[in-house]
Amino acid sequence: MDVTLFLLQTLNGIQHGLLLFLVASGLTIIFGIMGVINLAHGSFYMIGAYLALSLTQWTGSLFGAVLLGIPIAILLGLAIERLFIVHLYDRDHLQQVLLTFGLILIFNELQSIVWGDDPHSVPKPAMLAGSVPVTETLSYSTYRLFLSVVCLVVAGCLYLVIHRTRLGMRMRAGAYNAEMVRSLGIDTRRLFAVVFAIGVSLTALAGIIAAPDRSLYPGIGEQVLIISFVVVVIGGIGSVKGAFVGAILIGLADVYGQAYLHDFRGFASAAVYALMAAVLLWRPTGLFGRR
Amino acid sequence: MVTIPNRRVAVALALVFAALAVVPLVGETYALKVATRMIVFAIFAMSLDLLLGYTGLVSFGHAAFFGLSAYSLQLVSPESEAANLITALPQCLGVTAAAAALIGMLVVRTAGIYFIMSTLALAQMFFFFFHDSPIAGGSDGAYIWYKPVLTIGATALLDLDGRETLYYFALACLVLCYGFLVVVLRSPFGEVIQGIRVNEHRMRALGYDTRRFKLVSFVLSALMAGLAGFLFACIDGFVAPQLLGWRESGIGLVMVILGGMGTLYGSIIGAFAFIGMEEIVRDRQFTGVMAEHWQILMGVFVIVVVLFLKNGLAGLFAEPPIRRPATKEEP
Repeated sequence: MDVTLFLLQTLNGIQHGLLLFLVASGLTIIFGIMGVINLAHGSFYMIGAYLALSLTQWTGSLFGAVLLGIPIAILLGLAIERLFIVHLYDRDHLQQVLLTFGLILIFNELQSIVWGDDPHSVPKPAMLAGSVPVTETLSYSTYRLFLSVVCLVVAGCLYLVIHRTRLGMRMRAGAYNAEMVRSLGIDTRRLFAVVFAIGVSLTALAGIIAAPDRSLYPGIGEQVLIISFVVVVIGGIGSVKGAFVGAILIGLADVYGQAYLHDFRGFASAAVYALMAAVLLWRPTGLFGRR
Repeated sequence: MVTIPNRRVAVALALVFAALAVVPLVGETYALKVATRMIVFAIFAMSLDLLLGYTGLVSFGHAAFFGLSAYSLQLVSPESEAANLITALPQCLGVTAAAAALIGMLVVRTAGIYFIMSTLALAQMFFFFFHDSPIAGGSDGAYIWYKPVLTIGATALLDLDGRETLYYFALACLVLCYGFLVVVLRSPFGEVIQGIRVNEHRMRALGYDTRRFKLVSFVLSALMAGLAGFLFACIDGFVAPQLLGWRESGIGLVMVILGGMGTLYGSIIGAFAFIGMEEIVRDRQFTGVMAEHWQILMGVFVIVVVLFLKNGLAGLFAEPPIRRPATKEEP
């Protein structure tokens, strides 16, 4: 086994994991605070990615796409919350799963109407299109380094918001006991809307910045959704710290699986699920889940 | 404890079955095919109701067993002759049961939302396995050239290649499954799993190994889903990875909810209504230009069902079925 190659794969795994963290953290805070399991979460990733496609063409730069795409995603998230998710707060998980399943069907078809079923790709920004030489023969994509940095910055901001601000205090309190928070005079309706918008924008951001690194095709939303589920199950549902650890672990498992189990087609993508199975055997509520 | 249909429902069910029995005599080929699909999905939805409505387990990965059994039939079928039903069916169900036992042992350790997410993720693992591996055509799917034939000695008794034969065979399976589930649910085992649905802690306090009961229920349900998958593979003679995907699992859940959870016969109604609805929205005659984008209409339909039809269609003309307590309890 080549050590440099292994290190590069590790770097890839961490980068993949950091991106997953953006999606999974949204999923986990929406569940932890609002008690809603949102299957349509992957659709917001998909929408982010396709917005990156259209907005990059329109504004001519990926940064324009981020600046415009995030507000669009937030507005969309608020609308979806007000129209559909609001009805789910007092319902059981099964109904939440089914309603958001219905939303996925609608979003997927809309995607196919607006952007078509052909795969697309988004150009990388010129200044990040190159690569950093590592050895004489190997190099690492600058854009992927940039991705990792952005994700780390966002993760840091999320940590500060949750632990150092009034909003974060309310979010933590809401996750612990929403009813008590409400009876203390805090408008939980608004809190929930804000939390949902944060979750959606994190996912959409992941979709936008991941778009130049991966190709766009119908169904990317679900793929990300399912793997984020695995992340959240491993980390413990509702725990942002758990989502971070879970995302890095899954990112590494996925990349190593694809790289070193390549000859066993069909088993390469199973590495992730094997990891989940192992964690579930050891801790049925995840690494950082509440018992 | 089992919601046995009241007399009105029983009469309605008998009429429906009588009507189903004559479909091949009046319907054309396409109608027969749709009716067969309805029956197959009724078996699938009913198997899911055993978990959902009676054991209180929300599985979002049930299609894995449906698809696994369908794929097994493709794999055990010889390329140039028909497989014998008498060996093929037990083989397919055996594979399904083994997979269900393995997955079940893992997932019954979890509860609530962890159960939903881990069943979904593990089912997706099967999906990716068949999608990526060279077995059975990968993402393109594969054909079953010759459908199974029931041969005893040298005489062929049933050829599932015949549309009508397959239809009646599926109908018989549906009736048998319904009867089987009613017997199971009225047995002491059935009482226990329904006790688990209402209050698992209490059942454990009473000394029942609830995990084992949940596991048995999971495997039984998967077996029945496997039977449905086997029959499904016989309809078109084609299997594709989508059969194991989360969409099929979701559709199964929608059928159960649409019909009315925890009633068994509700699942049959739900499956019929869902497939009927699908046929309607896909038809240009009814939905015009939207027929091409029928998935949107199905999405709206699903949302409307969830928001406004809490007790399902069965709840409309029977006494309301027992409501399941919310699964919101902390895992």
